Amino acid sequence: MSQGILVFIEQRNGQIRKASLEALCEAQKHAGLSGGSVTALIIGENVKGLTAEVGKYNPTKILVADGAEFGSYSAEAYTEALAEAVKKTDPRFVFAAQTAMARDFLPRAAARCDAPVISDVMSFIVDGDKLGPVRPMYSGKCFGQYEINSPLAFITVRPNVFPVSAPDASAAPAVEDLAIKPENIRAKVVETHKSEGSKIELSEASIVVAGGRGIKGPENWGVLEELCDALGAALAASRAVVDAGWIDHQHQVGQTGKVVSPQLYIACGISGAIQHLAGMSSSKVIVAINKDAEAPIFKHATYGVVGDIFEVVPKLTAEIKNLQNN
Amino acid sequence: MKIAVCVKSVPDTETKISIAADKKNIELNGVRFITSPFDEFAIEEAIKLKEKNGGETVAISVGGKEVTDVLRDSLARGIDSAVHVDDPDLTWLDPLSTAKVLAAAIKDGGYDVVLCGQQGVGGDNSQVPSILAELLNIPQVTLVVKLEIDGTKFRAEREIEGAHEFVEGSLPAVFSAQKGLNEPRYPSIKGVMAARRKEIAVKNAEALGIKGTVGGDNRKVVIKEMTLPPDRGQGRRLEGDVDAQVKTLVDLLRKEAHVI
Repeated sequence: MSQGILVFIEQRNGQIRKASLEALCEAQKHAGLSGGSVTALIIGENVKGLTAEVGKYNPTKILVADGAEFGSYSAEAYTEALAEAVKKTDPRFVFAAQTAMARDFLPRAAARCDAPVISDVMSFIVDGDKLGPVRPMYSGKCFGQYEINSPLAFITVRPNVFPVSAPDASAAPAVEDLAIKPENIRAKVVETHKSEGSKIELSEASIVVAGGRGIKGPENWGVLEELCDALGAALAASRAVVDAGWIDHQHQVGQTGKVVSPQLYIACGISGAIQHLAGMSSSKVIVAINKDAEAPIFKHATYGVVGDIFEVVPKLTAEIKNLQNN
Repeated sequence: MKIAVCVKSVPDTETKISIAADKKNIELNGVRFITSPFDEFAIEEAIKLKEKNGGETVAISVGGKEVTDVLRDSLARGIDSAVHVDDPDLTWLDPLSTAKVLAAAIKDGGYDVVLCGQQGVGGDNSQVPSILAELLNIPQVTLVVKLEIDGTKFRAEREIEGAHEFVEGSLPAVFSAQKGLNEPRYPSIKGVMAARRKEIAVKNAEALGIKGTVGGDNRKVVIKEMTLPPDRGQGRRLEGDVDAQVKTLVDLLRKEAHVI
């Protein structure tokens, strides 16, 4: 009978995604219920060196699919590796972080195993030996608790929601090669270009500063970028300013953009359309800065500041810098 | 070039969501259905591909009568024909089941390109395109913001965290459309009139050869209970002039909320 949890650990250019460690640590919590141990899977080229870092989070075993075939990402190659790891470990669950990579190949691997995927999970309800993943729907306007009717299920967890436990330097899990040589790869990544702008990835940021129509024009992002720099925050935007062409879609938060759950979300000059609220309402703390005291965003804000963002935001930036210098 | 576009009928994004009495669905009474916003990019891309390469475009959707309007919308925008998979056994499907239905409708059609929205707005699963590619045994590229096709070769640009990656491969393939892929055209009046005259082919599970094997008890996940997000409570409106408000805000963020 299937038991244990297999966790896909994503790396790009030899950098392990923090969100994958979150998935690994969350999997540890449910290992008992799944009647077995936790196995981590790393896929890539020359990635054996990463086992030391993953090992600190104490999986029982680390499988490594290492080869030139995995040097640049291909959904088909990664699917083969993950499906092979599933065959080898016969787990009850496969865990991963909900990232662009996992969204691309994980459902494909699950389909190869004829197993379901429950994506973007934000919490779990445990009932006896049953794991009930809870995920946002309608961009967070509501939540669905799922019941799994399958001996194997794939689960992706939303980045930035589950904590990473303290690393244990003394842990020394077994490392094993996953011998797999994918053939017949019909599509693969040939180039990657870094995006300009925000240095911190929006979906993984713990602080987000967002701008809407109140910024008046694309020449004014600097005001918010300075606040981002002071806070180590990612820059986000409302649909209105993305559609106006003031900023790239990668920054859009809301129903046709990203759904984020940071510790702190600072909405600057955003009125608070229902689609935008859906994308950020699970943030722990929401600050709204808007000169329209009647803006709907204030109904959802933990703290509201009525004022012109061009006056408030520079002062806020200065105050935070001042705090850091003392 | 033969192009399939998978479209989904979803509640309007303006909808204020409430939960139905059985707690297994949202309250659908009074909800207006629209073409899932990401599907608009897929439809537009299909039309553009046909304009450039010639061929045929087919919109495919699974669901009840609410799907008819969405297929008419696809036709009005310029899609050539439509297939409506309508079967009481094929309702409230999980993504794996939906992909199985679509695969059954697509597999023998001789399609070169299959386009989908990157996710259905609502369920937000973002799974069907990749599962569909696996079931059809063809490659896929998801979250596509630019697509170039030359003969049987493609080059697709996709959005990832903080970067764009470029995927090259060969057709047939599945592509999921991300916002930014194109500017969807609105249906023209002429298009709307023409769409009314076009026939929508209706197929059931039996016609697709999947009767009794997809949906219903075959679903591997079901929603047990839906809930609304917890009430965030009454927020606090800060007072005083801008300097005082900013000082209070920083103080609260540090000492009360502990987020900076």
